[in-house]
Amino acid sequence: MRVAIVGAGCTKLGEHWMKSLRDLSTEAGALALKDAGIDGKKIQSLYIGNMSAGRFIGQEHLGALAVDQAGLNPIPATRCESACASGALAFRKAYLSILSGEYDIVMAGGAEKMTDIKGSGAIATLMGAGDQEWESSVGLTFVGLYAIMAKAYMEKYKLTRKELSLVPVKNHKHGLNNPYAQFNYEITTDDVLRSPIIADPLRLLDCSPITDGAAAVVLVSERIAKKFKNPIWILGSGQASDTLALHNRKSLTEIPATKIAARKAYEQAKVKPKDIDIAEVHDCFSIAEILAYEDLGFSERGKGKELLLKKDAMIGGRIPVNTDGGLKMGHPVGATGIKQIVEVVKQLRGEASNQVRNARVGLTHNIGGSGASCLVHILGRE
Amino acid sequence: MPYKSVPLFWRLKKPKYNLTGTKCTKCENVYFPPRNLCPACRRSGDIQELQLSGKGKILSYTIIRTPPEGFEHYVPYAVAIIRLDEGTNITGQVVGDIEKIRTGKRVRPVFRKMHEDGNDGLIHYGLKFELVD
Ligand SMILES: [Zn+2]
Repeated sequence: MRVAIVGAGCTKLGEHWMKSLRDLSTEAGALALKDAGIDGKKIQSLYIGNMSAGRFIGQEHLGALAVDQAGLNPIPATRCESACASGALAFRKAYLSILSGEYDIVMAGGAEKMTDIKGSGAIATLMGAGDQEWESSVGLTFVGLYAIMAKAYMEKYKLTRKELSLVPVKNHKHGLNNPYAQFNYEITTDDVLRSPIIADPLRLLDCSPITDGAAAVVLVSERIAKKFKNPIWILGSGQASDTLALHNRKSLTEIPATKIAARKAYEQAKVKPKDIDIAEVHDCFSIAEILAYEDLGFSERGKGKELLLKKDAMIGGRIPVNTDGGLKMGHPVGATGIKQIVEVVKQLRGEASNQVRNARVGLTHNIGGSGASCLVHILGRE
Repeated sequence: MPYKSVPLFWRLKKPKYNLTGTKCTKCENVYFPPRNLCPACRRSGDIQELQLSGKGKILSYTIIRTPPEGFEHYVPYAVAIIRLDEGTNITGQVVGDIEKIRTGKRVRPVFRKMHEDGNDGLIHYGLKFELVD
């Protein structure tokens, strides 16, 4: 049996001072239903990705909140949490629930409200994705974890600070016309190099922002999909886990969970990295995008920067990456994995703001923590 | 950050203040932070306490300039992943002249104040590291 995506929606990403988590989640759900052209009452089950509403806004029990606010009681509702990969986890759970034969029409969403607490509180909350007892307790931050990886990678593979800056420069350029982006402006490598150091060697413009936002998609079984004009098929889904703490990994310059999740997704989809026409990868910090190129097989180990230097990862290049600007254009942690799916669906339908010509196969890559969880999905049009 | 309770620190005092890790006598793997189950041997493993020296070398590091709650008074500070001589890794702050920190340099443990739970909360102490020369 196959499963298709028939509706996709995303709220504007940014600092939504006048919208709550519940407002954002219903807004995204309604956008996805409108896009699918179906009534909410057709939804049989709902999965919502959220990392830490308990610490961001003091609210738990998000499955119940989401269906209550949407007027969808009494359907089953499940919150999925896998740190920054919570969105992709909700998507995979929705996909598996249809494959199980239990449901035909399921919604997968993600939502996060990060700006109701002050910045240092958000930084501490995000670090909940790391090891609380042995990483957070010594003052390490999330950007710090990726900075440690960046330092190791730069020294091992002779990546320069200027070359690393090409990641956010590309992503800002790609996000220029993205209607839901938190930012719509271009930057230069000099801008990156002049921005404040957050955790050496990473600077402010290397970091994804703190964002409020939500996204949702409607998944249907093959039987139902025939009634929709432009279904996008889920060709492969992979998920893998690794040590919670970065210090327990054998290498600081690769993310094995990505490699394993990607291998599973490629095998199921019967495609190879060279068959991918567009990829949305988890560029929470600049170095993460370069690691993703290598772990996903778009580039040889240590040569990820060539995709940037040769413009291969740009629109028009061999493998355009983060065509909507990626996480740099907003990272509402629990919603990000769904937002990536929304962008790939738009690309495969030919409706994206920064369209890849004739895109047929797309990939999403969503990481939790410093690589302790990873989900990779491959989507394709008919 | 929510205020932490005393039992948390009581529970962690051996590893946190004495750097006590564990070792699986079956596969010889050393674990720090301590694990009560060997992930390699699982239930057939045999976990024993192991006193670590805290001496090792820096694998990679960062200098934190934007801190989380509770660490505002300490910036900039260095955090490194350290390969201990016993063959396991630990994440820790490296104190002293942070400009002299480099990958591969040797470190040893020192006892220092870590952070405070606000003005009326606990003051947390723990192990940090300093460059050997
Ligand atoms: Zn063992």
